Amino acid sequence: MKYLDEFSDPVLARRLLDQIHAATTKPWAMMEVCGGQTHSIIRHGIDQLLPEGIELIHGPGCPVCVTPLETIDKALAIAAQPGVIFCSFGDMLRVPGSGRDLFTVKSAGADVRVVYSPLDALELARQHPDREVVFFGIGFETTAPANAMTVHQARRLGIRNFSLLVSHVLVPPAIAAIMESPSCRVQAFLAAGHVCSVMGTAQYPALAAKYRVPIVVTGFEPLDILEGIRQTVVQLEAGRHEVTNAYPRVVPAEGNVPARAMLEDVFEVADRTWRGIGTIPASGWRLSARYREFDAEERFAVGEIRTDESPLCRAGEVLQGHIKPHECAAFGKECTPRNPLGATMVSAEGACAAYYAYRRLDLVEVGT
Amino acid sequence: MTTVDFSAWSCPVPLRDTPAVVMGHGGGGAMSAELVEQLFLPAFGAAGAAELGDSAVVEAGGARLAFSTDSYVVKPMFFPGGSIGDLAVNGTVNDLAMSGATPLFLSTAFILQEGTDLAVVGRIAQAMGLAAAAAGVRLVTGDTKVVDSASGDGVFVNTAGIGLLAPDVEIGPRRARPGDVVLVSGDIGAHGIAVLSCREGLTFGTSVLSDTAPLAGLVAAMLRTGGDVRALRDPTRGGVAASLNEIARASKVGVSLVERDLPVPVAVRDACSLLGLDPLQVANEGKLVAVVAAESADEVLAAMRSHPLGAGATVIGECVAEHPGTVVARTALGGNRVISLPIGEQLPRIC
Amino acid sequence: MSIAERDGTLMADVDFGGVRKDVCLQYVPDAAVGEYVVVHVGFAIQRLDEDSAKQTLANFEQLGILEEEFGAK
Repeated sequence: MKYLDEFSDPVLARRLLDQIHAATTKPWAMMEVCGGQTHSIIRHGIDQLLPEGIELIHGPGCPVCVTPLETIDKALAIAAQPGVIFCSFGDMLRVPGSGRDLFTVKSAGADVRVVYSPLDALELARQHPDREVVFFGIGFETTAPANAMTVHQARRLGIRNFSLLVSHVLVPPAIAAIMESPSCRVQAFLAAGHVCSVMGTAQYPALAAKYRVPIVVTGFEPLDILEGIRQTVVQLEAGRHEVTNAYPRVVPAEGNVPARAMLEDVFEVADRTWRGIGTIPASGWRLSARYREFDAEERFAVGEIRTDESPLCRAGEVLQGHIKPHECAAFGKECTPRNPLGATMVSAEGACAAYYAYRRLDLVEVGT
Repeated sequence: MTTVDFSAWSCPVPLRDTPAVVMGHGGGGAMSAELVEQLFLPAFGAAGAAELGDSAVVEAGGARLAFSTDSYVVKPMFFPGGSIGDLAVNGTVNDLAMSGATPLFLSTAFILQEGTDLAVVGRIAQAMGLAAAAAGVRLVTGDTKVVDSASGDGVFVNTAGIGLLAPDVEIGPRRARPGDVVLVSGDIGAHGIAVLSCREGLTFGTSVLSDTAPLAGLVAAMLRTGGDVRALRDPTRGGVAASLNEIARASKVGVSLVERDLPVPVAVRDACSLLGLDPLQVANEGKLVAVVAAESADEVLAAMRSHPLGAGATVIGECVAEHPGTVVARTALGGNRVISLPIGEQLPRIC
Repeated sequence: MSIAERDGTLMADVDFGGVRKDVCLQYVPDAAVGEYVVVHVGFAIQRLDEDSAKQTLANFEQLGILEEEFGAK
């Protein structure tokens, strides 16, 4: 694919690293918001190559990880209902609910299907008019336009046997919540590049000013991440706290205007519970009144949901950057990708999964 | 009926919490291995014996035989580059070849779903006949059963095979040592991507074809050099990652790979990037990984490259004394990452 | 690569370097054949600005060049 190799070039990476090393005179802690960035950092070993004083705190930008336990349990309840075809992205299937996950529900006979796009789910609804097709609509602002368009399509084409279980979350309120936390150590943010491709950068100057933190829009390839870190270090060293764009090739300041218009129409802001963190006001989207008929929570009576989170799981602290995955006592022992206690160990973008997959050699004694 | 007593198992095991079969048990990764090691082998007791290589080496009447079996349940049954028939023959031929044996005879058992189009069964059988001829083996015995349409769909095939082992050939997953060189016979990831490109819900057009092929001839060419070939695996389910992890664990060595040297074709790399898969964990059906003593590496590699199925053979790493049991890759940027045994089924993910 | 209308939505047959897939172009309606887009779960969400990409790479090339006596490769 175009411009992936070029932005992974090891020679240029070395140059960026040299610049970062040369510029750093004090220790700094910065948070990369997006789980995809965390994954790229750990996978390429970028954190191992930075100056010792630079700490990357992994943020809550993993939509799979932050989907509230209650919503997962609702998904399980809906998927188990006869006649339902429950569609989801792959990485939601193994996220633990209160005792089960979608995978086990599927083994018990429910029709749970992995799809690549919500449009695939809509197509299933078209092909099976006698079944109820439900799509698990999780994600940040990057994924929401896809779900919005799909619901919009469903209405236009008159497809009634389709609904969405919505759990969208927003980045700017998360940044605010993290900065408001008393134990916050974050001094700068690498903003999520693809979220900004959609939403633009308008929401960030106010945050940068209020909390006095540099916010640098950053991409995902190794050079993009290094450049984002470089711009951040330069600002921190100079005592500046501005919003800059290190990913201009896909982030225009205004984002994607037609997408934002669709989002305005289909969704409305709501309070949202982030798993492991708690309720952050006005931090999520739900379907607007005009589209409420497509809301799976309204269409399916799921009854009383009583959630049961593992007491050993410290995913919430990992998501807020208070601890690193290997600092949790259960890491690599009671909690592994095969036996996950929390979502951060299951999701491909979860910090715990990334550390386990790529780093456990350095961190945990390798047993059989 | 015996119940399985999980309380005696010392490691934290998913089976304790999910006392039913799940798809992951058939994925070829850690869960499959566990099912064999914790459920089947203990149940077989004294009558069971498994080297846990691709095939078993047994002695009978003065001859050394390699013996292997595999079942093929792939969906869709026909995919770019081949069919379940090709896999059924080549898969067992390759399992035998991985012990250094000359594959000779195959059995084949069919489980057919009632209602399956006979023309489909015919196509599969034809493919098997052609594959067997190309591999130089004979299909000598078999069985057919029919199940009702409620259970499974289409055609399931099992093949079992025997091959002859020369007396001085000792190849197996326990024989790797630090200093040995790790080779792969060509591009990786093609088969898994070719099959995924057809699955419902994930249809995307791709130019990638399955690489299904019989490898006995390539192995014979490698052994004819007289070089010290210590271990061979065909990286099917779970990909190169699974094969190298199995060798690392069985031999108690570390494996160190150089990511830049892995032969991943562009189309496979892009498809994997799209689906969030690691090419090292994607299945291959016409490739082998070889662990070769360092002093023999050059001549074995040359022999591979002059064989049609080994033209793309290359060095991808080495065995080391550090981190025994674990496979580590050095990334292009200079960092390290652990290459894990895949857990269960490969699930395409969101980003 | 082709762009067609389907069910009133702009869809494109996009080539991901050998992998071809249907992608909805409704959010990037002025994307033309031959251009590059960022795709997420089956939807194009932004165009890739090639000039900007080249400029960014050129900036990286320039980094540190004044401090080196002999330019690297």
